[in-house]
Amino acid sequence: MAATAGGVEAAPAEVAPRVEARGVGLRAGLVTVAFLVAAVAVGLAVGPVHVGLGSILRSALSYVPFLDVHQPLGAVDHAVLWQLRAPRVALAALVGGMLAVAGASYQGVFRNPLCDPYLLGVAGGAGLGATLAIVYASAAATGSTWTVPLAAFAGAIAAVVVTYALGRSVGASHMTGALVLAGVTMATFTAAVQTFVQQQHTQQLQNVYAWLLGGFSTATWHDVAICAPYIAVSSLVLVLHRRVLDVLSLGDDEAASLGIDVGRARLAIVVAATLGTAAAVSVSGLIAFVGIIVPHTIRLLVSTSYRAVVPLSLLAGAGFLVLTDVVARTVLSPAELPIGVVTAFLGAPFFAIVLRTSRTLR
Amino acid sequence: MIETRDLWVRFGPVAAVRGLSLRAEAGGWTALIGPNGAGKTSALRALAGLAAYEGEVLIDGRDARKLGRRATARLAAFVPQKPETPPALTVAEYVLLGRTPHISYLGGEGRRDREAATQALRRLELERFAERPLGSLSGGELQRAVLARALAQEAPVLLLDEPTTALDLGRQQLVLELVDELRRDGLTVVTTMHDLTLAGQYAERLVLLNEGSVVAEGTAAEVLSAPNVAAHYGANVRVVDDDGRVFVLPVRDR
Repeated sequence: MAATAGGVEAAPAEVAPRVEARGVGLRAGLVTVAFLVAAVAVGLAVGPVHVGLGSILRSALSYVPFLDVHQPLGAVDHAVLWQLRAPRVALAALVGGMLAVAGASYQGVFRNPLCDPYLLGVAGGAGLGATLAIVYASAAATGSTWTVPLAAFAGAIAAVVVTYALGRSVGASHMTGALVLAGVTMATFTAAVQTFVQQQHTQQLQNVYAWLLGGFSTATWHDVAICAPYIAVSSLVLVLHRRVLDVLSLGDDEAASLGIDVGRARLAIVVAATLGTAAAVSVSGLIAFVGIIVPHTIRLLVSTSYRAVVPLSLLAGAGFLVLTDVVARTVLSPAELPIGVVTAFLGAPFFAIVLRTSRTLR
Repeated sequence: MIETRDLWVRFGPVAAVRGLSLRAEAGGWTALIGPNGAGKTSALRALAGLAAYEGEVLIDGRDARKLGRRATARLAAFVPQKPETPPALTVAEYVLLGRTPHISYLGGEGRRDREAATQALRRLELERFAERPLGSLSGGELQRAVLARALAQEAPVLLLDEPTTALDLGRQQLVLELVDELRRDGLTVVTTMHDLTLAGQYAERLVLLNEGSVVAEGTAAEVLSAPNVAAHYGANVRVVDDDGRVFVLPVRDR
């Protein structure tokens, strides 16, 4: 094993090169955390009912035991803050972080900068599941909080399982390309069925449409609780795989020759990203472009190494969607703009920029 | 030291390598030569554990199959013909990825890994480039970065698939000289090569493959005869033996 020892004596006493992976870095980490904190503060403070930042802080601290801080808010303000805005901010943060980190991971696994978390049919499957639930179970009318998210989640998972089986049938050596094509096939098919069902039940068109465009206007702590465990586990798995994603960027052969079981690593990453995305989509509807805008902004501003892109996407994605949601609910206030419209409006030009610079962004 | 016994590599019904038995000694350079489709690359990929095979691959006397992927990667470094070099990665980051077989699956690099990468950078005189993105390097510098990454793996066996493809004459010699220096450090080198003259000058042992089987092996003088090259490459050549140095020159036959 001493085969490479011969290099040592040749080294003169000069300034040692800085040999380390860049990773997140202190400054980028602090700036991103500050961005998220600021976004949450804006999300909690902005709205038709004015609640000052000081009161928000004191109100939050009043829940910490032994601190003896008085609850400064009246009953109405308190309800607006903790029952309307806070769950909305929390849900937007969870969903935004998840979509961004899943997008970054998909881009790494498939080595394609334009991949998004909906690549393998998650969106189509969830859309079909939710549509079926809204139309046939009249879930929206009966007001069950479980039916639509569950149906969307089940639809998303079913679609991805079929996509994966279809992609796998081509054989391991062409797996990545086959998976992408299978995902397109699945998305097209589910969209066709979904549109058909929707056209058969035009009286539910509004409900279906509202769900498809996504949003947090009905967010409750209940929604937060049902998606949080999935999102927490999925994003933890993805963050732990950040170095593996860098190794995978060398291509399947080289990653394998470095001792990585490429098939298993890819499966672990795809499963985590998909599960988290399905959970996010089931409570928020289809919010496009977050998984592309956020990771690419990190790449442009910080580093293309997944050691930076994955954890920073999680934080920045959370802050981004909280702010986007603020825009969606204030621009036309008291009416609300679907958040998917806002992200798409920001995303489309961004997509074009990425496309033009994608040669250097891989 | 790396060895194969009755190695077969199949792609469906087609066998690319048929019963190859090969022994590459430590500190030696073995070149696999042969016409297109002879099975050179398939054999090399099997040695690296990248192609499914029948028969045995022994690295330092141990069965590669039983060693598993990570342990194999600690013993044999592989450089493909066209390595993927993500342009925004710095040279240091790229070379550090060579440490992967020494790092736990979800772990990160430690001090020892940074030292090994630093050594590899020094060995290939890349210290100045450590923080430069790969995309800013010239072809020759990039080739050195690729070798440094393989070297950082600290594997005693170095497997190179056509290390001189797409390089001009001067850089071909430069890269081969570098590989030869690494060999003199004690590495076992196995390469596939197209250029017979260069193969004969750098490798002390040539293995001529055709249709997956060994048809000749030995020193350049033994393997690179005009009849051998004519029979297996279908090429008309003149072989000049200049005191043990063999030159294979293509000759137009009319």
